[in-house]
Amino acid sequence: MAEFKELPPGSPATAQVTNWFENRFPTAFDAYRVHMSEYYAPKNFNFWYIFGSLALLVLVIQIVTGIFLVMHYKPDANLAFASVEYIMRDVPWGWLIRYMHSTGASAFFVVVYLHMFRGLLYGSYRKPRELVWIFGCAIFLVLMGEAFMGYLLPWGQMSYWGAQVIVNLFSAIPLLIRGDFVVGDATLNRFFSFHVIAVPLVLLGLVVAHLLALHDVGSNNPDGVEIKATKNDKGIPLDGIPFHPYYTVHDIFGVSVFLMVFSAIVFFAPELGGYFLEYNNFIPADPLVTPLHIAPVWYFTPFYSMLRAITGEMVYVLMACVVLGAVLGVAKAKIGGVLKMAVVGAAVVAVGLLWAIDAKFWGVVAMGGAVVILFFLPWLDFSPVKSIRYRPNLVKWLYTIFVINFLILGYLGVQPPSPVGERVSQVGTLFYFGFFLLMPWWSRLGEFKKVPSRVTFTPH
Amino acid sequence: MKKILLGFALALGLSGAAMASGSSFPLDKAPNRTNDMAALQNGAKLFVNYCLSCHSAAFMRYNRLRDIGLTDKQIAENLTFPTDKIGDTMKASIDPVQAKEWFGANPPDLTVIARSRAGAGGSGSDYLYTFLRSFYRDTERPTGWNNLVFHNVGMPNPLWQLQGEREPIHAKAESHGVEVEVVKGWETVKPGTMSEAEFNSNVGDLVAYMQWMGEPAQNQRVRLGVWVLLFLAAFTIVAWRLNAAFWKDVK
Repeated sequence: MAEFKELPPGSPATAQVTNWFENRFPTAFDAYRVHMSEYYAPKNFNFWYIFGSLALLVLVIQIVTGIFLVMHYKPDANLAFASVEYIMRDVPWGWLIRYMHSTGASAFFVVVYLHMFRGLLYGSYRKPRELVWIFGCAIFLVLMGEAFMGYLLPWGQMSYWGAQVIVNLFSAIPLLIRGDFVVGDATLNRFFSFHVIAVPLVLLGLVVAHLLALHDVGSNNPDGVEIKATKNDKGIPLDGIPFHPYYTVHDIFGVSVFLMVFSAIVFFAPELGGYFLEYNNFIPADPLVTPLHIAPVWYFTPFYSMLRAITGEMVYVLMACVVLGAVLGVAKAKIGGVLKMAVVGAAVVAVGLLWAIDAKFWGVVAMGGAVVILFFLPWLDFSPVKSIRYRPNLVKWLYTIFVINFLILGYLGVQPPSPVGERVSQVGTLFYFGFFLLMPWWSRLGEFKKVPSRVTFTPH
Repeated sequence: MKKILLGFALALGLSGAAMASGSSFPLDKAPNRTNDMAALQNGAKLFVNYCLSCHSAAFMRYNRLRDIGLTDKQIAENLTFPTDKIGDTMKASIDPVQAKEWFGANPPDLTVIARSRAGAGGSGSDYLYTFLRSFYRDTERPTGWNNLVFHNVGMPNPLWQLQGEREPIHAKAESHGVEVEVVKGWETVKPGTMSEAEFNSNVGDLVAYMQWMGEPAQNQRVRLGVWVLLFLAAFTIVAWRLNAAFWKDVK
């Protein structure tokens, strides 16, 4: 326990009140210092570094608007759709709360995707920040679950059939997820429970872990330079500045710009052309009428594309990839004979499984694997430098293609299936996985530039 | 930066992605009258007289019609059924079992129909505006009516007294090297009580009302949005200068 401090008599009242609290709750004062006033962040953050704060802001928006929505929403298959319309019409300002929540869901994914891409650009997942990255990937995964379950609640046609399609994918356990033989009232009730309490609790816990781990190791920066390597005589990094007030005031500016975009959507285009609120979802769920075209909401579509890409033909391509990988492993890798035998054995088992199990199953594996593979990023990247600024041009090209590929996959996932789309999504899926699985090889290639010992910063 | 912009464009739907509405019939542009009180009132009258006997608008309360400039007295005397209270929602009196027998399906609720019918071909209003003007006589259908936008629709032309009876004029056209039949125009078989221009305008009013009813707060939302953005624009300038004031210490 900290020393009990007595102020000299006649001290100002504010000092005495502060002292009274500090003696009784020193943890809060320590936390303020550790995370705000004495958390030294690199001074060379660029605009990519706003999306972490924005994700936190959107999380708060979702929780607060969610609390108000739950006051009026009815998780009952017969009442859910009507209760959402009741919120939109009869609850004072209900439409605003609901649009903020629906726009917030999409905004969450926009900022999280940009936040993750920032990590990719500057190598923020590299040692010693592996756990920060892993907690972040877990947040992304949990967020997908949260969004998926929330999307069922308005009980429109798209809610219902989207849930039906995705739940059916988990062919072994759909009964466990649905709680019934079809998506129904039982499903709605448990999804509501998960959406409003279970998953948000996990999400908040992970966000705390993500931030604590970050503040333990310190933030990375666009140069990928460790600022803790150069400290002054007080042990403060020379290139670091206190988070508060410098980055709080920075974030207020960023938040303000973000809120302009957010409000423009909420007030002028809450459906955003059918992407944030799908038109079909204004028709109440009808288990007897299957919509012509069922598409998940835009933020799931790159992964949905990969699911659809795995057809019977594609499984043969995957087998060929496994065989090729094994041959290369045996011929090129500098590993012992036993390990080589293990590689051959694993490849034989993999080909056998690919051959034996239905392509639909491998589609689900691809969709899940596309998220899970992100967790391994810290151990796939063997580049001697962190930041893209000092990596060879090859990497810049690869990242550009990766982004375009991801967007194309997303676009194809919205579209109804077509033969050309299927081929393109298959190539895209191979590229997506190739990007990560071949990273140990390509991340070492090319000429690296010299990383400076201090960050590059021009005062503004 | 281009990548990011392209990303936004693709993600946010500027790519013109199709959210199939199930019909490929080219849609006419509906007039935009959701701010025109006289049109909305006429639309409400048409809706109550011609739609509400079979279709409900079960999420729409009669007294919300105050928003389009009607008084409680006007609503109670002209628009509600004698048994309704002013705070009730618009419920059709049709028996669902009978409706199913007559039309093959229950008439859908119309509260948010305009929002649900939007798609790649046009807005929900465009769809309704075209649909309601595209009925023709078809002796092979049980109701004697068919529709060009919604083929084999269960509903007979609800506005036939106003529009009369029409027949589409088909013509042959070439599309992608294949000869297809397209609709070139309409021929009036039996005139209705309204001229074509009058009828189109009235359907425009009705559709404007249905668009408004889909989201009664829609115009308030836009008006408020302007103020919110103006405030945020001013606040952004303050935040920008505040940021600059702090950051001038960072060397």
